[in-house]
Amino acid sequence: MSTSSSNPIQTLREMEARRIGLYLVLLGGIAFYLVPVETAVATMFKTQQAFTATAPYVPPLGDGFSVSSALNAWETLRPGLIDSMLMAVPATILSALFGSLAAYGLTTIDWRGQVGVVVLIIAGIFIPYQAVLVPLTTFWFQIWPDLVTGFVNTVFGFVTGGNWAYPRSGDIQLIQLTITHAAYGIPITTLLFRSYYQAISDEMIEAARLDGATAFSIYKNIIFPLSLPMFAVTLIYQFTQVYNDLLFALVLLNDPNTQVATQRLVRLTGGVQQDFTLTMAGAIIAALPTLLVYIFFGEQFAKGVAE
Amino acid sequence: MREILTRLRTARDRLRSAVGSTESADREVATDGGTAVGEGRGGSLRDALPVEWELIESSPFWLPPVVLAGFFVYGAIFWNAIISLTDWEGLSLSGADYSDLDLEMYGRLLQDGAFWQATQNTVVLLVVFTLLCLVVGLLAAILIDQQIRFENTFRTIYLLPMSLSFVVTATMWAWMYNARNGVLNTFLRVLNLEGVLVTLLKPEAINATVLQWLSWNTTALPAVIFALLWQFSGYAMVVFLAGLRAIPTEHYEAARVDGASTIRMYMRVIIPQLRASAVSASVVLMVFALKAFDFIFALRGDQPGANLDILATMMYREAFTGGNEWAYGSAIAIVLFVLALLIIAPYLYSEYKRGEL
Repeated sequence: MSTSSSNPIQTLREMEARRIGLYLVLLGGIAFYLVPVETAVATMFKTQQAFTATAPYVPPLGDGFSVSSALNAWETLRPGLIDSMLMAVPATILSALFGSLAAYGLTTIDWRGQVGVVVLIIAGIFIPYQAVLVPLTTFWFQIWPDLVTGFVNTVFGFVTGGNWAYPRSGDIQLIQLTITHAAYGIPITTLLFRSYYQAISDEMIEAARLDGATAFSIYKNIIFPLSLPMFAVTLIYQFTQVYNDLLFALVLLNDPNTQVATQRLVRLTGGVQQDFTLTMAGAIIAALPTLLVYIFFGEQFAKGVAE
Repeated sequence: MREILTRLRTARDRLRSAVGSTESADREVATDGGTAVGEGRGGSLRDALPVEWELIESSPFWLPPVVLAGFFVYGAIFWNAIISLTDWEGLSLSGADYSDLDLEMYGRLLQDGAFWQATQNTVVLLVVFTLLCLVVGLLAAILIDQQIRFENTFRTIYLLPMSLSFVVTATMWAWMYNARNGVLNTFLRVLNLEGVLVTLLKPEAINATVLQWLSWNTTALPAVIFALLWQFSGYAMVVFLAGLRAIPTEHYEAARVDGASTIRMYMRVIIPQLRASAVSASVVLMVFALKAFDFIFALRGDQPGANLDILATMMYREAFTGGNEWAYGSAIAIVLFVLALLIIAPYLYSEYKRGEL
């Protein structure tokens, strides 16, 4: 230490003071990140009276505590949570699978010119979705309105032997939204899997090829089992993205019966007379699925984010 | 197609059996000599096989996803560009008239004050938000990197807002910024600062005593930027932390031996090495900023007003609510796309040059 000319005990004290200062700053950071969340949770459990009488961040105590806003918000959001899940889970699985297959073809199999395709795919991660909104709605609503309907009717008609009731218009829109999310998820999932596959040694694959393994059996027997940890990362990251989206849902789901959680939360907050105990309850409930994913799989989430 | 495949397959098998003997010899030599196996391998086989073979063999894997993504991304953007050259609007829901293409919509944009305001807001949001995020994220990463206890807890909490949707964040911050009872104003009132800030931020409002963060022109955009900073600075922290961990400890030790103070060590030695992290973080942050539509929409619906319009919200309003100006909205979308391209093209090019792709 260059400052060792002074009293060593004093130096130690200085270091200790620095350390305490460091922790104070870090705790200040925690306060910064948690105050809005704490406020929202405190507010959602307040009665109207406690809401006007106490400061927003003060927890509801005694008579001020009430779950009626939480129950109200739950009732309003529940169908949205179901629709969000119906849409986000298949869209997430599909885009992860597509990404893994594309990355396999674009990484472990070596053909000239693939970098060009990779650059185009990765550029797709960064496009603002506004640039595709008008064609997207035109495609689903005008050019090909019966595509999904026809497909669903064929499949379910076949399964149920013709006793299939025509699905609600909202259900069709939900499927269209699912396909849209699956397609727009491909660029990021491809990138995630590609950087993972680049680290896998070529030797194993090359050996399998020399033994006459087909591209499919190499994927099935070597690549897919090896990519399970990456599937976890990708599924978690992609689920968060798809579940949290508002824009696509806003333009593709215009049926009031079928709306995802983000849409219903916006409708809940959009009222003229804002009831903040209700909207905070709505915000927390709508956030719960991704919040739980984050709490249980935080490490994988961070990994997906940092890629 | 099937015929070509079979023919290629036989060609490959023949070549393989021909190359096979030298291939295994290569391997043995390589292992014996202890040199990298990769050098003797691959090359001979790959050079012998026709390039088209690799292309066709791998196509069932990458082709469907690439076509799907390509159709939805590039097909849609191209289509959007064409629509922006028509004058499709409102009542003609049957579709655009593609027979008469011109730049009329772009001419209209140039004369639209709201467009310039939205562009200005977009650029300000982009630049200020990204810079602030980088600074806060870097500081947080450096502090967390000091071998502290409970590092995981700190990291988890700092990154937590990123798992929330824009809509949830906007809802929470609408309440934080609420003029009457919001956390911020309650806090300022306790400190007796609200009145001072009101006269400072809005001197023309003589009798105003309540600070209206989200409805004043001077405060609306900064308030949004601050909330977004809350949501995404944790992301910058994670990226910088990964960058810091990649720096060899010798660099710290060398600086210490030279007698550099901690601040000098970071300024001169450590931070310059975080360039790559900073570049990749800022590209992603800028893209978040361009997409901040969800946040602003959730904050105040599709109404214009208070200085909060960005290109993304203006596009949505023009195309989907304000009289269905499809072509006009598409033109705004193209401007937004070009803005995104200006950010990502140099980044992708440099990644490509560095061989990272």
